[in-house]
Amino acid sequence: MLYIPPAPSLATRIFGLRGWLAFLAAALTIFVAVPLANLVAPEGSFLHLSDASVALIGKLFCYAMLALAMDLVWGYAGILSLGHGIFFALGGYAFGMYLMRQIGRDGSYHSDLPDFMVFLDWKAYPWFWSFTDHFAYAAALAILAPATLAFVFGYFAFRSRIKGVYFSIITQALTYAMMLLFFRNETGFGGNNGFTDFKRIVDYPLATPTTRMILFTLTGACLLALILVSRFLVSSKFGRVLTAIREAESRVMFCGYDTLSYKLAIWTFSAAICGLAGALYVPQVGIINPSEMSPAASIEIAIWAAVGGRGTLIGPLIGAVIVNGAKSFFTAAIPEYWLFFLGLLFVLVTLLLPKGVIGLFDTLASFRKERAR
Amino acid sequence: MIGEPDISSGVALYLDDVQVTFDGFRALRGLSLSIDTGELRCIIGPNGAGKTTMMDVITGKTRPDVGTAYFGRSLDLTKMNEPQIAAAGIGRKFQKPTVFEHLTVFENLELAIKADKSVRASLFRRLTGEQIDRVSELLETVELADKGKERAGLLSHGQKQWLEIGMLLAQRPLLLLLDEPVAGMTDHETKRTAELLLSLAGKHSIMVVEHDMEFVGAIARKVTVLHEGAVLAEGPLSEVQSDERVIEVYLGR
Repeated sequence: MLYIPPAPSLATRIFGLRGWLAFLAAALTIFVAVPLANLVAPEGSFLHLSDASVALIGKLFCYAMLALAMDLVWGYAGILSLGHGIFFALGGYAFGMYLMRQIGRDGSYHSDLPDFMVFLDWKAYPWFWSFTDHFAYAAALAILAPATLAFVFGYFAFRSRIKGVYFSIITQALTYAMMLLFFRNETGFGGNNGFTDFKRIVDYPLATPTTRMILFTLTGACLLALILVSRFLVSSKFGRVLTAIREAESRVMFCGYDTLSYKLAIWTFSAAICGLAGALYVPQVGIINPSEMSPAASIEIAIWAAVGGRGTLIGPLIGAVIVNGAKSFFTAAIPEYWLFFLGLLFVLVTLLLPKGVIGLFDTLASFRKERAR
Repeated sequence: MIGEPDISSGVALYLDDVQVTFDGFRALRGLSLSIDTGELRCIIGPNGAGKTTMMDVITGKTRPDVGTAYFGRSLDLTKMNEPQIAAAGIGRKFQKPTVFEHLTVFENLELAIKADKSVRASLFRRLTGEQIDRVSELLETVELADKGKERAGLLSHGQKQWLEIGMLLAQRPLLLLLDEPVAGMTDHETKRTAELLLSLAGKHSIMVVEHDMEFVGAIARKVTVLHEGAVLAEGPLSEVQSDERVIEVYLGR
C-alpha cells in the first residue's frame, strides 16, 4: 500500500493532545498556581511558596531555556557547542548594564557611575555603555549581541567546514578567551566581580515580591513561547533538514541545500535564546560575573541535554532540572563531591542511557507493551 | 543562477586532459572522457586508477590543476561549487549508502525532490499535492512503496541503496554518478538493481563505477577502463576484456 503522510494542521503538528494538555498545565502552574502560592497563601501554610523558591524556579527556567537552545543545535543539527555560556553571559551583561545604571546614585560612592568605575577612577561611561540606560535598548542588546557574535563566528566556522570535535574545541577556547577578557577590569564590565547589588528595574525596586513575581511569570512566558517556537521549528521541513545535516551533511548538500544557511540560522537562533535567558537570569539571581563563561559552565549545559535526552526538546528541559536539583543538593550537603558526581553522571548516562532520561521512559513503555502482549 | 546545461550536441559530460595532483601524487594525469546523453557507461579499473578522484572532479569536490570539465556544452564544472553542480543536474551516489537514517523513507525523498530549498521555504511552505505525487512515483520506481512510513535506518542494505538512488532521481538529474552501487548486495538485489539501471538509461545519462564484472556485463554497453589516472581502453565489454593492456593491468603480468 502506498504511504501518504498525514498533513496535520499547525496546532496538531506542534503537539499531540497529551502535549497540549501538559502545556496547558504548565501554563496554569506558572501563571496561576505559583503566583497564588507565593503572594496569596499565608506564610507558614503548606501551600505557601517562599520568595526563595520562586527565585529558584525562575533560575531553573533560565537554565531550561539554555538546555532548549543546546538541544536545537546539538540534538537536531548535531553541532555540539561547548561555548554556549558566552551567549548566556553576553545577554546577562547586556541587560546587567541597564540594571547597573538603574542603581543611579545609590551605590557606595554615590556617583553617577557604577562603583567599579569610580574605583578605577574613570570619569565617564565607555562608549559601549551608551544608551544602556534605556530598557528597550538593553533588552534588545541582550539578544542581538550574542546573536551577532554567533552569526559572525558561525559564518566563518561553518564556511570553513569546521565540524564535530574541532568545532566543539574552538567554542570551548572561545568561551575561555572571553572569560579572560571579562576578568580584566579595563574591559569595562566590572572585572572578576562582574555586576551585582542591583536596586531597581524600570524604576521599581527589585526586591519586592510583586516585582519578583512579574519577572518570574515573564520568564515562564518566555520559556513556554520558546518551547512552542522550537516545536514549530523541529516539526517543519527545516527541522528535518537539520536532522539530515546531522546524519549526512554532504548528502544534504548534494540534494541542493545550502547547509551553511541552515546551520547558521539555527546556531544564531540558539545564541539569541541564550541571550534572552541571560537577560532574565540576571535580575532574578542578582549577579553576573565572568564565571558564567568558564569552560565548565558551558560543558554543564551540554551535560543537561545529554542527561535529559538529546533531540527531544523536553528531555533537555528535564535534564536541566535534574542536574541543577542535584547540584543544589550536593553543593549544600557535600560540596567537594559535586564535580565528581557530575563527571560520574555524565559517564553513566553516556554508557547506560545514550538517549537520556527520556530514552529510559521510552524503553520502559515499550517493555510494558511487550509484556502486555 | 547557473541554469540548465545545453545538451543539444548530444554530449552530457565532456572531460579533456584533466589532471589532479595531491601532495605530489598524480591521481589523474590527462583524463579525457565523454558521455552521451542517455548513455549508460561503466567505468572499471584497479584500485588507485583515479575513479573516485574523477567523480570528485565532476561533482566539484576536487578542482583539477589542468584540464576542462564540461556538463553539456555550456556549463564549466571547474568553475562551479558542489551545490551548484547538484542543482544543475548531476547526482552522485557514494559507495556507502548515505540516507538519513532517523527520517522516514518518505521524508528522505521529500528532502530530495525539486523544490525551493531556502531556509524560509523549509520553515513555512507545505508539501504540495504535486510534490506528494512525485514522492509516491519515486517510491514506486525504487520499489519502496510499502516502506514510506518506515525509518530509513531500518531498511536492508540493498533497500538503502535503492532509496539513495531514488533520492538522486528525485532531482531529475541529467547525469547520475554511481559508485559501486551493488557492493554488499545479495544476488537477487544485484539483479533488481541491474533492471532498475537499465530502465533508467535513456532518460538519464548514467556513469557506474563498479568492480563486479558480472554486474558490469549485465548492464554495460560501453566500458571505460581507467589506469593510473588516464583512460586505458574503451569499448564493449568483450572487446575491452580481450585487450592485452587491460589484461596486463588487471593480472599484473
